[in-house]
Amino acid sequence: MNVSSVKGSMSISSSTSTWKAGDTISDQFPAGLRVLVVDDDPTCLMILEKMLIACLYKVTKCNRAETALSKLRENKNGYDIVLSDVHMPDMDGFKLLEHIGLEMDLPVIMMSADDGKQVVMKGVTHGACDYLIKPVRIEALKNLWQHVVRKRKNEWKEFEQSGSVEEGDRQPKQSDDADYSSSANEGNWKGSKRRKDEEEETDERDDTSTLKKPRVVWSVELHQQFVAAVNQLGIDKAVPKKILELMNVPGLTRENVASHLQKYRLYLRRLSGVSQHQSNLSTIISAQDPTFGSLSSLSGLDLQTLAATGQLPAQSLARLQAAGLGRATAKSAVPITLVDQRNIFSFENPKLRFGEGQQQHMTNKQQVNLLHGIPTTMEPKQLVSLRHAAQSVGNMNMQVPPHGPQSSQNNPLLMQMGQQQQQQQSRGQILVDSTINHAPRLSSMGQPILSNGMATNVSSRSGIPENIRAPGYSQTPSMLNFPMNHASELPGNCFPLGSTPGVSNLTSKGAFQEDVNSEIKGSGGFMPSYDVFNDLNQHKPQSWELQNVGIAFDSSQHSNSLQGNLDLTQSALGQQGFSSGQMNGHNRSAAVASKAMFSTGDVKELRSAQNVNQHLNNLLVDNTIRVKSERVCDTSPANIFPDHFGQDDLMSALLKQQESVASSENEFDFDGYSMNNIPV
Amino acid sequence: MESKHVHEQIAAMRQSFFNEEVLNENFSQLEQLEGKDNPNFVEEVFTMYLRDSIAFLETIEEAMKTIPIDSIKMDSILHQLKGSSDSVGANKVLKEVNKTRQVLGKGNLERTKASILELRKEYDNFKTKLEPYFQI
Repeated sequence: MNVSSVKGSMSISSSTSTWKAGDTISDQFPAGLRVLVVDDDPTCLMILEKMLIACLYKVTKCNRAETALSKLRENKNGYDIVLSDVHMPDMDGFKLLEHIGLEMDLPVIMMSADDGKQVVMKGVTHGACDYLIKPVRIEALKNLWQHVVRKRKNEWKEFEQSGSVEEGDRQPKQSDDADYSSSANEGNWKGSKRRKDEEEETDERDDTSTLKKPRVVWSVELHQQFVAAVNQLGIDKAVPKKILELMNVPGLTRENVASHLQKYRLYLRRLSGVSQHQSNLSTIISAQDPTFGSLSSLSGLDLQTLAATGQLPAQSLARLQAAGLGRATAKSAVPITLVDQRNIFSFENPKLRFGEGQQQHMTNKQQVNLLHGIPTTMEPKQLVSLRHAAQSVGNMNMQVPPHGPQSSQNNPLLMQMGQQQQQQQSRGQILVDSTINHAPRLSSMGQPILSNGMATNVSSRSGIPENIRAPGYSQTPSMLNFPMNHASELPGNCFPLGSTPGVSNLTSKGAFQEDVNSEIKGSGGFMPSYDVFNDLNQHKPQSWELQNVGIAFDSSQHSNSLQGNLDLTQSALGQQGFSSGQMNGHNRSAAVASKAMFSTGDVKELRSAQNVNQHLNNLLVDNTIRVKSERVCDTSPANIFPDHFGQDDLMSALLKQQESVASSENEFDFDGYSMNNIPV
Repeated sequence: MESKHVHEQIAAMRQSFFNEEVLNENFSQLEQLEGKDNPNFVEEVFTMYLRDSIAFLETIEEAMKTIPIDSIKMDSILHQLKGSSDSVGANKVLKEVNKTRQVLGKGNLERTKASILELRKEYDNFKTKLEPYFQI
């Protein structure tokens, strides 16, 4: 049994803490287990609380799923296990389950008066650790701790293989989980949602800590690396061993990678499968006022997913995530983007998330539109539309038919991958839709996208670009509508990256209706509006990267051909135009790129033109950079990317991306384009 | 003496509840949960239950009045009612709820109505019986 093994391990490893000798464990361990109970029926809630207290657990009760999620997000390590009812008015219990699993990786137990086989099966497939039939008996609750222990143990096992690392981790944590995580080898990988559990556990119980130690925390960077490696290998061919080699992270074991890969695959599967979630997800996300972290986590997830899907270069993903993480602000917007993206992205759900982040930006008013690979034709308008899309969360949601169920979650994460994907897709669509609809709102759109977790948005964007491109071609300044229809292509979508604070302006000139200016401001000086349009082509994904680069897009320019777009000069530099994600290799995108002027932070309009050009290049070229830029905006203390992501970086990033894209994509001929065109 | 008498009365009532199956074993569970620090736990639970379930019943009755009956909504309310009733151990009410759900599932409107009436009856019955019990 776990217990005995745990005990054994514990006694060995733990020296202090509660677990010390076997007896201690059994006596104390279950006690103090931090349980979060979610049930809309107050009677049941009260009874459960009583029972749990009788079992000597520490109980927190919520009668709404959203409250529960926000509590979990606020205090990632504050709970060991979650008990949730299946039927709840505000959110389906299974959705909550997904969210929690993705974001926090906590054991979740479902309860219901319904004991039908299908429902129970659903619980199992969604990853519930157990399913209790109501009325719940106290005896069933007495053994609740077994799930906590089991989970930790499994995590720990992964570590084991890494060997040395684990040893370090093992120490029983007396200190709180924070220490634990840090001690837990791997460097301080931030607990990404998945590993959150670990931290919690350590805090709570020593015994678990011993089990957990070597838990690998899949931080944003790590995940990005992972995703990059997977993309490089190809999602089908990605085997843990090779991924491990590619990642080249000391202390990471094949088992760690294997289990993460498994989760990732599940997530991808879910993303593609679920469309509804998105809307929900986004809603939830927005509703929840997302702790930024949660959003970011979500976005991060998306990003990761994206990355995994190969669309986002790992770096960008990281950036985006970082951005997302950093961005605590926008949040509500996020959900929208997710939703939109969903449609657009057939592929990357994560992208949607990015969109989400973007949306957030919107709220922040930052317009960072990363347009990746947006067809050159994508005029600022498209961006605008994108932006709008981003902005109008409502619109977006509406517009995009909930692609995947995922959209709904906000929660960071929970539902994460799957959700994210969904969301993204939906978002993508939304974005597209909205962009189309809202022509003038570009500016607003640009930003939100980048906001926190933009990464996810970015991903979603990728989907969009396709759409955008289509319309873009035909029209110039029209909104940057990401061609939602494309959906399939996604990868490069243009993501209006949330405005990075740095980016100051997204001035949508003429064509862009957005009000670029000002949006960018904000944090880290990052590109204000970044629309990353992904190239529709699937292979594009990389080019797309969401990057925060806020490209100021000169809408006016946009009208001309691609080349014209590049011409930043024409457009008001200051603005953050959308950086059309030409990266994807769309020719058009080049135009778009030019449009999306990327003006980071302080850049004024003047600068932007030049910068934009540069950025465009960078953007295109370097996905990763974009990601960074994204994040830059806001706060992101946790951001991985420094705010000071300069434009140059962006540009270089773009350029890199472009290059890479170009190589992969024929379409992208940004290379010639970007550099030359910059009329600066 | 007085108190003893009261206790006996309580015990008798309680026993009768079980005999009549008004309450089931879950009720005992609740009693077990009651402790020194929360002597009125059971009572509190029941109060809550009665309060919520009244609302449920009313909602159900309202829903019945609308012409195209929103059976999904009704089913979900019934589900909730089922959960709470089971948790508190209101046996007969629970049974009626289940029956109502079944009938509703079959789509037989008339029978559903009848069933709901019965449910209501059982519920009121339950309430009447329990109230004095708690008052003691």
